[in-house]
Parts: sequence; structure tokens; C-alpha cells
Amino acid sequence: MALLGLYNYFVFAVLLMIGLYCVLARTNIVKSLIGLSIFQSAVFLLYISMDKVDGGTAPIIQEGVENQVFANPLPQVLILTAIVVGISTTALALAVAVRIKEAYGTIEEDKIQEMDREP
Amino acid sequence: MTLYDQLPALVVAVLLFTAPIAYMLRLHGFPWAAATAAVVTSFAVACSLAATVIGGETIIYEMGGWPAPYGIVLHIDALSALMAMLITGASSAALIFGYKSLADEVGEETAPAFFAAWLLCTAGLVGMVITGDAFNIFVFMEISSLSTYVLVSAGPDRRALISTYRYIVMGTVGATFYLIGVGFLYMVTGTLNTADLAARVGQVEDIRLVLVAAGFVSVGLAVKAAVFPLHAWMPNAYTFAPNAVTVFIAAASTKVSLYVLMRVDYAIFQNSIANHDIQLTLFLVPLGVLALFVGSLLAIYERNLKTLLAYSSVAQIGYIALGMAMTSVAGLTGAIVHMFNHGLIKGGMFMAVACLALRYRTVNVANLAGAGKAMPWTMAAFVIGGLGLIGVPLTPGFISKWYLVLAALDKGWLGVFLIVVILVSSLLAVIYVWKVIEVAYFREPRANAVPVTQEAPLAMLIPTWIVVLTGVWFAVDSSVPVGLASSAARTLLGVAP
Amino acid sequence: MMTIVFSLFLLTMLVIVAVAILRTDNLFTAVMLSGIFSLIMAANFFVLDAADVALTEAVIGAGISTVLFLGALALTAEHDHSPPVGSWVPLVTSSALGGVIIFATLQAPRLGDPNAIVHKHVAPWYLENTPLLIDVPNVVTAVLASFRGYDTLGEVFVVFTACIGVMSLLGRVRPRGELIEEGEFDKRTDNLRHHLIPRVVGKMLVPFIVLFGLYVQFHGDFGPGGGFQAGALVAAGIILYSLVEGGARGRELVPEWFSGMLVALGAFTYAAVGVACMVMGGRFLDYSVLSHDPVHGQHLGILLIEAGVGMTVAGVMITIFHAFSRRGIR
Repeated sequence: MALLGLYNYFVFAVLLMIGLYCVLARTNIVKSLIGLSIFQSAVFLLYISMDKVDGGTAPIIQEGVENQVFANPLPQVLILTAIVVGISTTALALAVAVRIKEAYGTIEEDKIQEMDREP
Repeated sequence: MTLYDQLPALVVAVLLFTAPIAYMLRLHGFPWAAATAAVVTSFAVACSLAATVIGGETIIYEMGGWPAPYGIVLHIDALSALMAMLITGASSAALIFGYKSLADEVGEETAPAFFAAWLLCTAGLVGMVITGDAFNIFVFMEISSLSTYVLVSAGPDRRALISTYRYIVMGTVGATFYLIGVGFLYMVTGTLNTADLAARVGQVEDIRLVLVAAGFVSVGLAVKAAVFPLHAWMPNAYTFAPNAVTVFIAAASTKVSLYVLMRVDYAIFQNSIANHDIQLTLFLVPLGVLALFVGSLLAIYERNLKTLLAYSSVAQIGYIALGMAMTSVAGLTGAIVHMFNHGLIKGGMFMAVACLALRYRTVNVANLAGAGKAMPWTMAAFVIGGLGLIGVPLTPGFISKWYLVLAALDKGWLGVFLIVVILVSSLLAVIYVWKVIEVAYFREPRANAVPVTQEAPLAMLIPTWIVVLTGVWFAVDSSVPVGLASSAARTLLGVAP
Repeated sequence: MMTIVFSLFLLTMLVIVAVAILRTDNLFTAVMLSGIFSLIMAANFFVLDAADVALTEAVIGAGISTVLFLGALALTAEHDHSPPVGSWVPLVTSSALGGVIIFATLQAPRLGDPNAIVHKHVAPWYLENTPLLIDVPNVVTAVLASFRGYDTLGEVFVVFTACIGVMSLLGRVRPRGELIEEGEFDKRTDNLRHHLIPRVVGKMLVPFIVLFGLYVQFHGDFGPGGGFQAGALVAAGIILYSLVEGGARGRELVPEWFSGMLVALGAFTYAAVGVACMVMGGRFLDYSVLSHDPVHGQHLGILLIEAGVGMTVAGVMITIFHAFSRRGIR
């Protein structure tokens, strides 16, 4: 179980790295946005890893069942919020990307920078 | 429950309640009117809150009736009330000022969405400063960020779009870093309430997670606050946003992230990490100094007036960072006073720029030749603001630098170095302000330039001068801001008032 | 034991899929892989006992997000033409980030440890007091809608902001005569009507999806579910209909003025409930004062705000989808 816990956090770290690398190293706007959404999803993994309790189950109280062990509800609430915030950001960013394509004719950042440099 | 007790919630609720209404009712002129009415109401509420807490009390308001740490509470003291006044005041001023300027740059069709976004931006910023819950800060940070992206992207130039995209990427990375930091803090304390966190962080055995959490939270907030070197999103976002939007965000939005950084650092980490003040100094002093030099130098070489002022803001944020780095009452007082004063100065200057842009149809410095004669009142407001940036006595900038110098005097050799830095950067500010003055007053307009004969409309001039004169008044009689800032600094540092 | 093996497998698949996304040059492949990534993430959440979150991630991450990316792809580009990475900055920054995190999490509490601090402080209070104060079986819904209802209010307004942002950016139908590059929309059709199987099966599924969405909305107090999942599910059903029958018929079914009105109405409902609580003598969002006794008040308040959330989320997702799908039409 300790191994699983460490592996959880290790995967979180690796996904964070991959997401950030995709955002920084790729010039295509849509690709960077996919990387950004991987970056955000990795954080969800961090929070949800904190909610597990040995022998627990989802925190839904069943009637008549005594002495149930539940997982922690608080990180779940936080991540529900974070998921929705993430998709909102993604949707807005994609709308900006579509407008950029219409205005510049391309969504490659290096070409856009060249175009902007011409006065 | 009297109305008086509900004031803390009202300051945000009014704005949130009006936003869907402004969006739904698509009558001509209604979105601007609804937005202005709501923001001015919110400003009035913020002022009365400030009047209540000025004596040093703290108001705690339990959202939903649930006590902390099980529910979310609003925590209002002198500093948060001051920030709330700054935000709502800047928003009202920019809205009233911007009626004509925004009608020019934002079409009738996108007006409902634009003003709803403006209301949400104000609500997000105010929500960030009055809340006492770390995750709530994240939620309202994202409200204000997303609405800022919407506001900035409404600029008429196509470069507004690519600036918005870069802002989105950097802003989201910053917010996610903050979220990671809060996650680690939650992991070691089990709570999200800021007061509770402050109490429990000190009891954590293993300091490693707390240190890393501090790092992530600081870097995330530094991105949002445009602290050097994470300021890259700011100059373009300020330049290509509609002019009234720049007035608002230059005055308020980075200050809020700086405020949260101050709160989190001093309230939560100060007492738990040994040598926290030394670490903070080591981290912030180089960044502050670099911000001052790089910002001022880039401003000197910049041809676009809005970008010039944006780089100057990078430098001014460097002053605030330096004030924070000198973890003393004088230093923090200087930093807090400068947050307030810089809001007034830059707000006024960007208003003057918007007036110039309305008449000259350009913000390229070279094309503004002769503006001193054609638009004397506007340029005079700009000059007073510029003197404030330099730090001439009788301007608000002087008060902040005075406190920074006072704080530096206590710091031995480092202090002497900082005083030299402050003086040199003030000289650099003289250069870039003089650049604009020289073109405006001492150069004749080119022969083929479009002649400008009209001064800016009164509806824009009057708010500009109100902001500028407020700044001068606070410089002459600085008891109120300095008093509030000083008591806030003492609260943050845990020193008896 | 099986759980551990399954968990390890899912986590490893996450990394493999993420690396595949990074390395592929075809954007369509990358978007599809990101949908798979979200689905595996949802399965992982389920293994970690987070049922509500798994449902949300599956609907929003694997469902809505993939569709939005595809919509944007149709309007932008198909391939990633990034030049080879010139500087070492991205690699160093990412590695430093990963290194710092691994360094920190070596000291993290053991996964599942019931004595970890997070399980000792605020969480037991929620688990004990929800039956007494709110009397709703799903504790996550109780915390989301009532104890931390102010956060959820903020979240609804974030979604609202995204909608007004997309509408202000893509609101106007593009003027005719503008060239679209790389020949997408005139070569592809925007519906599947000549593909018999997707059309028939899709149309059969739509009412069930919408019904399930409504079930999740109202049953969210008793099982996993709630406004966010429900809104996204209903939107997914409508989007499926639009994909099969074409954007024009989709907009006939749910006109844009209707979905726009839903968005504003939902957010307004949530804020109005909060203000109503203040008017009736309680704090903002204190539902106990809404009815003759506190527990009933809580039920009423949660019902109303979850309805508001569901309306807003459904309206926003449908509006954003329509904004993307009608942008490319000549």
C-alpha cells in the first residue's frame, strides 16, 4: 500500500512534468492547450489520492448500516470545483484559438510572432 | 440580522447578483448602467466596512451560517477593507470614466457580455481579498482571471487575441501552482481556513512539505502579480486591452495577488518556517531589484505609451516586492501604501492615455507631438502622475519611497545598497517620463498629422482629475492611508499596535 | 490485492497516454488520446473511492472536453507543425518541477492511512453532522451545496464567465465570403445522416441520456450526482443529437436564445437563493431559514441551487458547442 501511495504521487509528478513540457515546448496553440489540460488533471490526482481511507467506501451514508468507514469528502468537493474551472478555462482558450486562426491564418506561435514583428 | 451585519456578504453579492441581469436584458445602454450602479453600490459598502474596521477590529462573517473551519468565513480587517475599497473604487472610476471610450472600442453587440464580465472581474477580486479560506481564494482568483481574459480580448487590435492567449496559459499555470501549494498545505494540516492553517502549520513535524507548499503558493501568486521574471504576460495584455479595462486592471488586479501573497506569507508561513524572514529577503530582494532595473530600462526604449506604462508598472511592483522583503513594520507599511498609491497613480495615468487615444487615435509616443498644447488638461494630469512615479515630494509616490528608505536604513549594508537602487531607479523613471513630456510639450506636430484641437470630453476629464487630485491629497495628508497601512503591517507581523 | 494491481495498471496507462499525446503530430490523435486520458483518470478516481468526482471527470473530461477540442480543431488546424525544441528551458523547468514534487511527496502520509491528519480534523465532523444538520445521504453533495456552498456559487459563476467569454469571442456569425483554409467544412458534412448505424443508434440513445441526466440531477442527494454532472449529461445528449443530425437541426431543437437564457437564469437562481436567505434573516446562503425547520430549509435550498447549477452547466455546454459548430458555416 505504501508502494501504491508513492506511485500515485510519482505519477502525479510525471504528469505535471509532461503537461508543463507540452505547454512550454510546443508552439501549436491547440497542442499547448491539451498539455495545459493534462497539467490541470494531474493536480486532481494529487487531491483525490488524499481522500482514500483503508477499507473505506464512497461517502454516501446508507441507512441502517452501522460503523461504515468512509473516504474523505472534502478533497472530492474541491476537485469537483477544480474540474469545472478547468473546462471553463479550456473552452475560453479554445475560443481565443479559433479567433487567432481567423485573424492570423495560423495557430503556430512562432509564425504569429513573426507576423507581429512586422510593423 | 440587520443590514449592517450583512455588509460583508453584500459587497460581493451585489456584483454577482447583477451580472446575469446585465447579460440577459439587452437594452441599449443598460449593461453599462447596471454595471456602474452595482459597482458604485459595492464601493459604498466597502467604504462603510472600512469605516467599521479602521479601529483595528476584525469582522468574521460565516457564509451559510456554518462556523469555521467547517464552512467558509469572510475575514475583514483594516487591510482587506482597504483593498476592497481600492478595487471597487478603481472599478467605479474606470466605468464612469470609460463610458465614451468603451462605446468606441467595444461594440453594441458584445456590450452585455463585456459588462457582465466587468462585474464578475470586480466580484472575483473583491472576493479574493475578503475571504478567509485558502481554496475560496482559488475559486475567486479564477473568476477574476477568466473575466479579465474576456475583458482583455475585447480590444480592437488583433494582437489582443494573442496577448489573451499568452495571459491564459501563464495565468492558468500560476493558478494551478497555487492549487498544488494549497493541496500540500491541506495534506499536512487537514484544514483550509486561513486562520486555522496559521495555527496548525506550526505544529507540523516535517517541514519539507510546508516549504514546498510555500514555494508553490508563492510562485503561483507571483505569476498573477507580475513579479519579475514572471511578468511576461503583462505588458501586452495591458497594451492591447480596451483603454478603460487597462485603467481598471492596472490599478487593481496585480495588487490583489500581491496582497494574497503578503497574507499567506505572513499569516501562515511566518511563524512556522524558521528563518522565514531571511528566506523571504533572499528570494524577493534580487527579484525586486531586477524588476526595477529591467522594467525601467524597457520602459525607456518603448515606443507605445501603454506598453511604456506597463513596464513602468513592472518596476513599481518591484518596489512593493522590496518593501515586502524588508520584513519590518516600516517596510511593509511602505509596500502596502505603495499598492494603494500606485493604483491611484497608474489609474490616473492610464485615464489620461485613454483621453489621448480618443482624440489622437494612436498611443505611439512619436505621434503625440504637441499634445501639451492641444490637450493641456490631459497632459497636465499625465505629468502629475509621472511625478508620482518618480517620487517627487507632494506626490503619492514620495510617501511610499519615504517609508521604503526608512525601512532600508535599518538594514545595514543591504539597506545602503537598496537606497542606492531606489535612487537610481527614480532617475530612470525621470528619463522615461521626460521622454513623453518632451514629445508632448516641446515638439511640433508633424505636417501631415491629423490636427487635434479638442480637449477630451468633460465626462472623461473630470474622473481623471478626481483620481489625480485624490492622489495628491493623500500625499499631502497621508494620515489615513499610512495609518491603515501601518496598522495592517503590524497585524501581519504580529507586533502589538 | 486486485485493487492494487488495477490501480498500478491505470496509473501506468495514464503516463503512457500522456507521453503519446506529447509525441504525436496529428492533432486529431492527440484529442482522442486526451479523451482516453480523462476516462482512465475517471476510472482511477473510482478506484480511490471518489464516485462523484469519477462521474464528473468522465462526463466533462472525456465527454464535453473532447467535443470542444474537436470543434476547435475543425476550425483551426489538423497538424502540429512545431519546430524541434530549440532551447533547454522547457526540459529543465519541467524536470525541476517534477523533482521538487517527488522530493516533497516522499514525506507524504501513506495512501489510505486512517490516521492521516486530513482524516482527523474537518472530515469526521462532516461525516457525523450531515445526517443531523442536513439529512442528505450523499455527504459530498451536502458539503458541496451547503457547507461550502459559497465555493460552489463561485464555480457556477466561473462557468457563466466562460459562456459569456465564448459568446463575446464567437458570438457573431462570420460574414460570408471569408476563406476557410485547409478545406474543412466544405469537404466534410457537419452531420452523420448518411451513416445509418450512428444515426439510428444515436437517435435512440439521446432520450436515454437526457433522462439519465435528469435522474442524476434529482438523485444527487442520494447517490453520486448533482447539478454539474447532470447539466453536463443533458448537454452531452443534446450535443450527440446535433452531431448526428447536423448543427442546424440541433439549433432548432434547443435554440440559442433558450440555452443562453438557461445560463443566466441558473446563475441568477443561485445568487437569488443566497439573497433570499439574507432577506429572511439568515446569513448569505444559510438555507436553514428558508423553511419552517432548518433541515427542511436545507433540503429546499440544496434543491434550488442544484437546479440552478444544472441549468447553468447544461446551458453553457450547449451554447459553447453551438458557438463552435456554427462558426465554420459559409
